[in-house]
Amino acid sequence: MIEIKDLHKSYQMGSNSLHVLKGINFSVKEGELVAIMGSSGSGKSTLLNILGMLDEADSGSYFLDNLPIKNLNEKIAARYRNKFLGFIFQSFNLINYKNALDNVAMPLYYQGIKRKERTDKALHYLEKVGLADWATHLPNELSGGQKQRVAIARALASEPKVLLADEPTGALDTKTSYEVLELIQGINDEGKTILIVTHEEDIAHMTKRIVNLKDGIIINDGTVKQVRANSYV
Amino acid sequence: MFNRDRWNEIIEALTANWFRTLLTAFGVFWGIFILVILLAAGKGLENGVKKGFGDIATNTMFMWTQVASKPYKGLPKGRRFNFKIRDVAAIREKVPGLLYISPRNQLGGFGGTNNVVRGLNTGAFNIYGDYPEIINQDPITITSGRFINYGDIDENRKVAVIGEGVKKELFKFGEEPIGEYIKIQGVSFMVIGTYVKKSNNGDRERGQKEIFVPFTSFSQAFNRADNVGWMAITAEDNNSITKLKKDIINVVKTNHTIHPEDNRAIGNFDLYEEFSKINGLFIALKGVAYFVGILVLLSGIIGISNIMLIVVKERTKEIGIRRALGASPWSIRGQILLESIFLTIISGMTGIAVSTGVLYLVNKILEGIPESEETMFANPSVDLTVVFVALLILISSGLLAGLIPAQVAIKTKPIDALRAD
Repeated sequence: MIEIKDLHKSYQMGSNSLHVLKGINFSVKEGELVAIMGSSGSGKSTLLNILGMLDEADSGSYFLDNLPIKNLNEKIAARYRNKFLGFIFQSFNLINYKNALDNVAMPLYYQGIKRKERTDKALHYLEKVGLADWATHLPNELSGGQKQRVAIARALASEPKVLLADEPTGALDTKTSYEVLELIQGINDEGKTILIVTHEEDIAHMTKRIVNLKDGIIINDGTVKQVRANSYV
Repeated sequence: MFNRDRWNEIIEALTANWFRTLLTAFGVFWGIFILVILLAAGKGLENGVKKGFGDIATNTMFMWTQVASKPYKGLPKGRRFNFKIRDVAAIREKVPGLLYISPRNQLGGFGGTNNVVRGLNTGAFNIYGDYPEIINQDPITITSGRFINYGDIDENRKVAVIGEGVKKELFKFGEEPIGEYIKIQGVSFMVIGTYVKKSNNGDRERGQKEIFVPFTSFSQAFNRADNVGWMAITAEDNNSITKLKKDIINVVKTNHTIHPEDNRAIGNFDLYEEFSKINGLFIALKGVAYFVGILVLLSGIIGISNIMLIVVKERTKEIGIRRALGASPWSIRGQILLESIFLTIISGMTGIAVSTGVLYLVNKILEGIPESEETMFANPSVDLTVVFVALLILISSGLLAGLIPAQVAIKTKPIDALRAD
């Protein structure tokens, strides 16, 4: 599903350049649930941004479902993001003047889907994350866990090939984190490919594979025995 | 552009902060309000001043004789002379492009003594000896009977058309004047018609107290022989009397053996020139109104642009989210532009509506003023063209106001936008 070869990325910080990714080789097969771990500054967020086409690599190749992701202009990048990827952010990033349903329907709007169908679909995914009753609530009327579940519903709504989650539990307490992870595991069980960036060991162990990053290179990459989140609650 | 979701988005974005949207809109509202009010005020002043001209044909000059100021061909200076009736034929023959040439004679005048008698009633009125064409040059409205015609001229009929003011003084209330006789300086004339005249430079009262009789019978009755007091000359619509004036005066000069460079011998008043001056003044006034109005509008537009910039800044994160979810740069840009145009048009249209409301009230008040009172201000109004022009200005300015913010909105990379707090 994801094929990355010799990926380099450096940032220009004033006069010195900061080499963040120093040759990443990495592939993810369909249906995997991968945690990308690393201390801060290890380059894990940068990697995720490149995977999410929010940022572009300096060199190296990136194939998403055998499609080369290279030299994209903003318009095509936007279309690819919309079609292939679902984002889950640490700070949820819901649009706060839109209710839960409209937030979930947003990627569908950009796909040009008709209003009626959009609402039906969005409602279906809200149901899936257990928030159908909260469809008309604004984000600030929801708890952190609920917000993240709305965000997950939004990420799923466009039926992407890959879900990318950047510290999805970073702003949540342990109990809520496990609930969210339970949801993510459930989605993965249905066959969706999911990448999670995290620095929490327990969260990482709820995935099927952990990739450890340090100073811009992968130091460790191996499958783990998945801990089911519901075993905690 | 015309899909419901897009408009929902715009309404949502604009209503997210009501108070700020309102304040922003006020700038443009105020600009267009000032523009419309200024234009209407200029128009009102123009209408008021032009009403002073009454219905008079503006492409008209008046000319009278003065005193020859240069000796010529053995004739001394200081010589008096009169226009003759044959001058009319000479002018008509030698100067093409004239519509009416009306020779006129006059009795009475400012502060004149009583010169008209009917039974026990007397009055001081202006009496004009005229040709039928004069009614086209200085229009009056016949209220009963008829005006002078060529039959009257040819047969030297002693008939008179009197103003409603004259009728009021000489006749009893409700008395029918047509067919009755009045004595003008001892000569009886039969009344054949009455008229009213529209306002004429504050002389409304005087305008109703005039008596018109045929030119020929006037000359005969009051011993004017073939003399002409003065002339009212109107040019055809596509000629300007100001251009023909010189030719006309030259014809008369030749006829009366006046030195060609004697500028004082023949006096004239060129209504068209005066009218053009006033017209020029109002064109300038309109220009000033547009200038000031558009400048005020411009500050409103800058206000919108400014607020849109702040809005874009504030929504950096939202824009980042939208782009992460697949919004193309153009949909973001279009969104900002549409918001800006929408806000401009709504506030501008409110401005137009409110200003026309104000104009309506002003007109109501002006209508309340009795018509006999002379005002320099009448019927302030704007025509549809102005509204249309204003609309065009609004759309283009909304576009202008949104352009920079829209560019700023998509300049930030989605990743940076997402990081922003």
